[in-house]
Amino acid sequence: MKQRVEIVKRILDANDRLAQNNQAILEQHHVYAINLMASPGAGKTSFILETIKRLPAGIKLGVIEGDTAPVTIDADKIVAAGMPAVQINTGGECHLDANMIEMALAELPLEDLNLIIVENVGNLICPAAFRLGTHANVLIASIPEGDDKPYKYPNIYCGLDVLIINKIDLLPYVDFRMDYFRQGVEMLNPGLQTFALSAKTGEGFDAWIDWLTAKVTAK
Amino acid sequence: MHELPVTESILKIVLDYAQKNQAAFVTDISLTIGSLSSIVDDSIQFYWDFVSQGTICENAKLHFNRVTATLECLDCGTTYSLEEELTPCPSCSGINVIILSGEEFHIDHIEIIKEETNNDETTR
Repeated sequence: MKQRVEIVKRILDANDRLAQNNQAILEQHHVYAINLMASPGAGKTSFILETIKRLPAGIKLGVIEGDTAPVTIDADKIVAAGMPAVQINTGGECHLDANMIEMALAELPLEDLNLIIVENVGNLICPAAFRLGTHANVLIASIPEGDDKPYKYPNIYCGLDVLIINKIDLLPYVDFRMDYFRQGVEMLNPGLQTFALSAKTGEGFDAWIDWLTAKVTAK
Repeated sequence: MHELPVTESILKIVLDYAQKNQAAFVTDISLTIGSLSSIVDDSIQFYWDFVSQGTICENAKLHFNRVTATLECLDCGTTYSLEEELTPCPSCSGINVIILSGEEFHIDHIEIIKEETNNDETTR
């Protein structure tokens, strides 16, 4: 006898539940965590390094580095800057998932930290689908990538809490229509918290650091 | 690009529900996938044939209910669907829009063949 069984369940339900569990672990330790996403080359690591340099002394940061290959270039840079970093080699997978974060959290000294930045794999499609349990989804869009990205990758923009527009020092040299870019963002995520800055020159960084500091202090 | 973990997740959920309902086999699986979710049907089918081998889901047919992305313009009320890229309202060029559909990403239902049971009298 054939029978129909109703399910109606999100396909990534198991990942979502693990993500909730991660958030509970973070809450328990009063750690604020962000999921930092971007295309390859948008400047994730230099953005993190500049953030480390500018954070107030009281904020202790840990970094979870996602990479598709077993190279530790990015993680080494973070450790050289004096912060604990855990490297996750995704073995070619295009994104981090909640299970990987759970394992990485176990390796970080959570009791000594109040902020964790998760550097996701450079990709604008897959990371959008997998919740990690972090408190804020942050995307770095960089000027040389072009102003059409919100129109081509709407899904990732829909789920953002913060948008960083990086490399604004290159605006005079690139055909990037800021109004057009921001219009696409506004359609997908009205009123999105946005910081335009340059990790190279430091322009615009103060506002980002103030925002982040306020979030971390509130935990 | 991330269809393998997605497909494994589908198998896990389906096996869970199938076992709870004493299924001998799963014959059909209906999935609803919005076009904004960046999932490729062919890749899921490809991985499915592989990951379902040796389970009660082997040979189950996957049905994809594709939902196109539709937006509603809050300025003029026009509802329009997206082909590929995000576009402003075709009637008034407004950008004050909400997404009505296209973000779906779930399993709707499955069809199963029940195990032979000898307690028919209890269901009469």
